[in-house]
Amino acid sequence: MNTLALIWLGLIAFTVMMYVILDGFTLGIALLFPWIKGSEERDIMISSVLPVWDGNETWLVFAAAALYAGFPEAFGALMTALYLPLMVLIVGLLLRGVSFEFIHKATKTSAHIWEKCFCIGSCMAVFAQGIFVSQFIQGFSRDPQSGEIVAGFIGNPLHIFCIIALLVGYSLLGSARLIKKTEGSLQEKLFTISNRLQWMLLSALILIGLFSPPTSSNAHKIWFVLPHSPFMVFFILTVTLLMVFHAIGIKRRKEQVPFPALVGIFVITYLGFGLNTLPYIVPYQLTFMDAKVDDHALLIMLYGASVLLPLLLAYTFYAYHVFRGKINASKKVSY
Amino acid sequence: MNILNALLLSRMQFAFTMSMHILFPAFSIGIICFLVWMEGAWLKTKNPVYYQIIRFWTKIFALTFGMGVVSGIAMEFQLGTNWAGFSKQIGSVLGPLFIYEVMSAFFVEAGFIGILIFGWNRVGPKLHYAATIMVAAGTLVSAYWILSANSWMQHPIAYTQKGNHFISTDWLAIIFNPYNLPRYLHMVMASWLSTAFVVTSISAYYLLRNIHTELAKTCMRFAVHVIIIFAPLQIFMGDIVGVNVYEHQPLKTAAIEGLWKTEKGAPTLIFALPSNKQQKNLFEFGKIPHGSSILNTHSYNGEIKGLLSATPSEQPEVWPVFFSFRIMVGMGFLMFGYAIVATWMLVKDQLFTSRRILFASQFLSPVGFIALLTGWITAEMGRQPWAVYGLIRTADAVSAVSTHDVLIGFALIIVVYVIIFGGFYFYFLDKTIKKGPEDVSVIQPFGFLSGDTP
Repeated sequence: MNTLALIWLGLIAFTVMMYVILDGFTLGIALLFPWIKGSEERDIMISSVLPVWDGNETWLVFAAAALYAGFPEAFGALMTALYLPLMVLIVGLLLRGVSFEFIHKATKTSAHIWEKCFCIGSCMAVFAQGIFVSQFIQGFSRDPQSGEIVAGFIGNPLHIFCIIALLVGYSLLGSARLIKKTEGSLQEKLFTISNRLQWMLLSALILIGLFSPPTSSNAHKIWFVLPHSPFMVFFILTVTLLMVFHAIGIKRRKEQVPFPALVGIFVITYLGFGLNTLPYIVPYQLTFMDAKVDDHALLIMLYGASVLLPLLLAYTFYAYHVFRGKINASKKVSY
Repeated sequence: MNILNALLLSRMQFAFTMSMHILFPAFSIGIICFLVWMEGAWLKTKNPVYYQIIRFWTKIFALTFGMGVVSGIAMEFQLGTNWAGFSKQIGSVLGPLFIYEVMSAFFVEAGFIGILIFGWNRVGPKLHYAATIMVAAGTLVSAYWILSANSWMQHPIAYTQKGNHFISTDWLAIIFNPYNLPRYLHMVMASWLSTAFVVTSISAYYLLRNIHTELAKTCMRFAVHVIIIFAPLQIFMGDIVGVNVYEHQPLKTAAIEGLWKTEKGAPTLIFALPSNKQQKNLFEFGKIPHGSSILNTHSYNGEIKGLLSATPSEQPEVWPVFFSFRIMVGMGFLMFGYAIVATWMLVKDQLFTSRRILFASQFLSPVGFIALLTGWITAEMGRQPWAVYGLIRTADAVSAVSTHDVLIGFALIIVVYVIIFGGFYFYFLDKTIKKGPEDVSVIQPFGFLSGDTP
């Protein structure tokens, strides 16, 4: 019986997706800091995520707990194999999180230190996530002596492109989110930034596509051998279409268009890579069937999740609803 | 000889990060329960001083809760990065408990924290109060799940072994582990007491300087009530926990008591220098005859198992357990003593004017947290060499990571933790306190009450 495990895997995939989008734009806003210097503008940017950021980050905590609970074997293997990048992620998120708390408590003279920490912490987190993505595309290997699962070589072009793609992608998400939340000259600046970044994202995605087949045999099968290629055509067509939407939205200054278009791009790309690795949960060493816990434990967790997850989504939506609307200098949030 | 191996480093790292982390959730639980009380009082009496109190303490809550969230992430990932063996073997027992913990904490963070902290002008007073209550409920429930996971590690029940894995046979039994309830109450009361001492400390600071006196008096009066009720209750609860510990983990009790030979009517030692190497106490001072038996078995001549009943490799390291327990108990009685004096002064209407008691109150702020930390050290070090008592050794729970990876990670963590939690949390806490509460007329609640539409 793998149905339950598959449902739980889907749930993990969903929470990771939620994290990528919600914390993606939060991290992205920090990544935009070097390009937006005005302290008033930076205040507005931070205010736009202040009420929701820790809720956003919690999706990651949820995903990790769900992986731990449903697939402890995979959790142990992945966390051990990715030890150092994970430490970078943790420290990065720590730095980012406390900077959030400290920025608006600090005086004008010391605030810039926390703004730097905010940006550096976010960069560290995105850097680590870029390594995870490329490891998943590239696959893991086994240590010939101990038989333990270990990460592959870090530092080939694929890793670099994945990190760049994620840096650019999150910045775009952040920018698109801010376009919705701001007005006037700041919004105009963000449109200009988005306009430049979208071409970088496109190039990075193409480069990842070009560099991944040789490193992973499985991807090669799915992307380039015939029975699967309709899927690839669908993938490329949708992403292209969404890219065009995004570009048009930016050009015509339609503030509602870029964010959903980008979310679409993230979801489709994520699904593409995700389906690519099935049935592996640690590519290409451990399948989800081998890593799962007993069905009874899965059932207990599914009961809880089926009640709580819809509630959580509803409350998340409600919180966003309460803090909706444009943010400007007079309507900044504070406590 | 490789002294700094991955196991020892991982244990040090976990102890370090855990000790830093636990302070924040414990303080959060305390503050949020305090806020529930005060906001209720405000809604009932409409006395603006209560409103001033909630706005001021919400600031401290926001800062503390944020620290708890970020430091908690490190805890979760370490279960895999450093303790993969542990995760792989008992993931299916503890996993569901963690999932429920995250869901309850999440429930709070996703929906209500934002409203609690930032929602003053966006929602009505009743909905705001509902959010405050939900946050309190979420933190309390969340703590329950974590405590039940830890209680299973202390006293594993309702499981079977399948190959290398442990799976649960009865979830309700694990969730409502009888071992857990007293420990949970002990922990919740510890966080209330710790917070109450911080509240009295800050209030005393204001009273000594004759600023914000109205707010300080209200806070301090409430906190002293909390302390006089819960300091004695906490000692009573600690006794229940102690009896339970002896029943299920006699060696932990032996380490607490510094008792090597099994004895009937065993004494309590006030001070000793236990040595695992020589398997005896190098120095003993202040024997209270039959003390140990009375405390742990509630009978004058009850038998207490000594450490020598197990081989040295099965014994916990005695000195940390022995000393941390004594510090905890010492703090407990210090709190009790303070409670009696402070209540007496309150009744005689001298609490807010006596500089001596205010001065003492100001410096007693860490007592609760010291007791809390040393209590946890007793519980966790006393369980060694087991990660799960009697089932999984800590040495088998560690991940197969290289020592230098752990060293690099640990170094990163120490630097960031010390700078951020050690330095800046206290820096900003200090700033918030020095700045003091805002004038009520400046922080009008709920805009629409004064004519604005939300």
